[in-house]
Amino acid sequence: MILDGKIPAGPLPEKWDRHRREMKLVNPANKQKFSIIVVGTGLAGASAAASLAELGYRVDAFCYQDSARRAHSIAAQGGINAAKNYPNDGDTVHRLFHDTIKGGDFRSREANVYRLAQISNQIIDQCVAQGVPFAREYSGLLANRSFGGAQVSRTFFARGQTGQQLLLGAYQALSRQVHLGNVKLFQRTEMLELALVDGIARGIVVRDLVTGEIRAHSADAVILATGGYSNLFNLSTNAMGCNVTAAFRAFQKGAYFANPCFTQIHPTCIPATGEWQSKLTLMSESLRNDGRVWVPLKRDDRRSPELIPDNERDYYLERKYPSFGNLAPRDISSRAAKEVCDAGRGVGASGQAVYLDFSASIERFGEGLIRERYGNLFEMYEKITGENAYRAPMRIYPAPHYTMGGLWVDYNLMSNIPGLFVLGEANFSDHGANRLGASALMQGLADGYFIIPYTIADYLAGITPGLVESSHEAFRKAVEDAGERTRKLLSIRGKKTIHDFHRELGEIMWNYCGMARNEKGLKKALELIPDLREEFWRDVSVPGGAEELNQSLEKAGRVADFLEFAETVCHDALHRNESCGGHFREEFQTGEGEACRDDENFSYVAAWEFRGNGAKPELHKEPLLYDNVRQSVRSYK
Amino acid sequence: MNLTLYVWRQKNPGEKGRMNCYDAGNITADMSFLEMLDVVNEELVKKRIEPIAFDHDCREGICGACSQVINGIAHGPEAATTVCQLHMRRFTDGDAIYIEPWRSRAFPVIKDLIVDRSALDRLIQAGGYVSVSTGGAPEANATLLPKEEAEEAMDAAECIGCGACVAACPNSSAMLFVSAKIAHLASLPQGRVESASRVRSMVEAMDRQGFGSCSNHYECQAVCPKGVDVKNIARMNREYMKALFKAMG
Ligand SMILES: Cc1cc2nc3c(=O)[nH]c(=O)nc-3n(C[C@H](O)[C@H](O)[C@H](O)COP(=O)(O)OP(=O)(O)OC[C@H]3O[C@@H](n4cnc5c(N)ncnc54)[C@H](O)[C@@H]3O)c2cc1C
Ligand code: FES
Repeated sequence: MILDGKIPAGPLPEKWDRHRREMKLVNPANKQKFSIIVVGTGLAGASAAASLAELGYRVDAFCYQDSARRAHSIAAQGGINAAKNYPNDGDTVHRLFHDTIKGGDFRSREANVYRLAQISNQIIDQCVAQGVPFAREYSGLLANRSFGGAQVSRTFFARGQTGQQLLLGAYQALSRQVHLGNVKLFQRTEMLELALVDGIARGIVVRDLVTGEIRAHSADAVILATGGYSNLFNLSTNAMGCNVTAAFRAFQKGAYFANPCFTQIHPTCIPATGEWQSKLTLMSESLRNDGRVWVPLKRDDRRSPELIPDNERDYYLERKYPSFGNLAPRDISSRAAKEVCDAGRGVGASGQAVYLDFSASIERFGEGLIRERYGNLFEMYEKITGENAYRAPMRIYPAPHYTMGGLWVDYNLMSNIPGLFVLGEANFSDHGANRLGASALMQGLADGYFIIPYTIADYLAGITPGLVESSHEAFRKAVEDAGERTRKLLSIRGKKTIHDFHRELGEIMWNYCGMARNEKGLKKALELIPDLREEFWRDVSVPGGAEELNQSLEKAGRVADFLEFAETVCHDALHRNESCGGHFREEFQTGEGEACRDDENFSYVAAWEFRGNGAKPELHKEPLLYDNVRQSVRSYK
Repeated sequence: MNLTLYVWRQKNPGEKGRMNCYDAGNITADMSFLEMLDVVNEELVKKRIEPIAFDHDCREGICGACSQVINGIAHGPEAATTVCQLHMRRFTDGDAIYIEPWRSRAFPVIKDLIVDRSALDRLIQAGGYVSVSTGGAPEANATLLPKEEAEEAMDAAECIGCGACVAACPNSSAMLFVSAKIAHLASLPQGRVESASRVRSMVEAMDRQGFGSCSNHYECQAVCPKGVDVKNIARMNREYMKALFKAMG
């Protein structure tokens, strides 16, 4: 089937305005007749829930943490992009649009990305009005910094805690609506099922994580803003609870999953040190401005770094990409690190790390300046590793970080299931095959504050409010299904722990569907995953009961979904016979190891339809048409 | 290293809890404190004992979920560090470690080390925001803000809402938490407009939610993982007095 993204007609810069003019509205007096469920309270969910409640809709908001403020958005460090052009360095809406499309390796929709760039400026205004303490210049004006993939300075930031401050802004707006009685907040509550009536999204089934009660909530529309699925790889920079459950259950109910194999591996993370490792910590990419990346020239060289003379070191990024050097983009730097480690030249106890060395910069600028620039990062590094990076080089390694893939949505952010909308990292919409730094925060807030309030009205205006109640047969069935699954998990009482399975799955995905993929490996993964899943349902040990707070049960449910979802990711990676962005297929590269994109055959969004557990999902395509940019080759030599 | 853990176990809010003793073997210095607990939990599961429940999510010191009193100190022995950032190299072979939940009237225990901190959310709901709706915000650079004031606002805004301040306070006061929000918003022109009503409703909510008052012990500042300063409390008191005068006047 050819999918229709419902892109409005007209010239690119006018599409969104024209569409807003043409969309239907809900009469103010009628708004409170409509109820909306928002799952997720990260940037996308909290901004959507607050904005919709302000308009007068009745909103129920859900998150699995004990407080809405703890959504994973809180951890974003670097910043948020906007085309304000405050530094007068030539930025425009069109340039931000172009950088984002190119950064995504020409695998995203022009119209969506253009709208994102247009809205970016409003986001900054909105956040400042809420009291987000962005960094300032001495003049009292807002400050900007540069970020990867752009030649202008357009990133707004609040120290190293931009995500925290933006999320607190949205959380506070949400709290105001809770106070006013317009939002009902359900914290420590996990969505387990999507409920459809006659093919239309009418509500969800949740588990109260404190009491264990499984119950249904009905509404006139359902919004998923449940974040990304990097924890598919077990170890990632995401928070421990990040999951694919909500999106996957929607997928099982018929929502298409788009480009699942587009995953981003971030090059500068603190490497794993042991089997018990629970997560990986990101070290800001900005460090590569002053650090040089290297490994020993010889294999298995176990000398400590200061004993390895300069001529026995391989500064491989500088060697391979002389013009970008240590600042080569994320996907390319990550792959290069993997390559040298695979060749036995990695460092550290595990051999799965490379050096990021500041000694040259310290010599040149003095320790003081390096401390001023990166003091907090060096401190964080020391807390985790116990090592002083002013004395010895940092050890870093790539780690799964962000998922560009997500549920398929049209221009209105509605999935192919009527009434089901998807926002933020959970959808696939704007980043193509690779996301640029500081653009996820922008997208989450654009979706929540400025897009969904318009597009959901267009949908609601066409339906009758309150048609279905949670006592409806469809909900009873969904509640039963969720309860049955829980009972099943608890009844296995096997020998292996949940973590054992998550670790094994992570290894399969990392080895065969990670930074570099090939047909043989992907086919191997497609053999290994069903076996592991079968073993899981036979031999996993999930302690505790159903009617109580049970963290093991929560984790088991999430790992079970990853075990089913993993195959879809591999199918997608296997079918995409090209290399683009974060998806690097070893068969499709130039003689020098650069990615070979195939625009003729793969300029489309791959949207997968669920066909039953373990069965191969069915592929649908949405062609990507480029009328305003030329699909060029990304080169960083 | 090998350690002996004494951990608070409590099945549910209704049941009485107690300290249980567990061995933690094969712990390495590179593990974080929570990874050490993961290892212990894996062993417990293998022995068919229910694992220890504790709140955590980001594991990098920013979400504010982790919340344990370690050897009598909220967030443990290292200054300006959340439990999740604490590493085992801080301990030595043979140590005994006591692990308890936040203790406060306002934070009932739900299970083991997990407490209910929703009272903190209710404090923010009472007024910890700028009453601006989406849309119609003025151009961001229309209002200038001296860098020092922006930095001051940011210092207060760094609070991660973990509740360690409440747990450490002999009176279970939430003054540091509330004052950080008051100071953050009062430092900004956008937040100043509602200062008086905000401080009044947040202070009232504090009493309603069962938090105690401040008698200047400053334990809160000592345990705060983000170094939020008690001078915010003084600022809040000033704002509160101003609000009262305004109301009288
Ligand atoms: C370490 C780190 C640093 C980053 N830095 C930057 C940066 O500098 N700039 C940038 O632009 N981007 C950055 N990113 C990416 C960015 O932070 C995320 O993509 C973005 O915040 C995602 O927001 P979201 O609202 O879509 O989802 P999230 O913030 O992940 O929120 C998901 C919400 O869904 C809820 N949820 C999930 N599943 C369920 C369920 N089954 N039931 C109920 N609730 C559920 C959760 O409770 C949560 O409230 C960074 C990411 C990481 C990991
Ligand atoms: S787990 Fe997030 S602050 Fe500790």
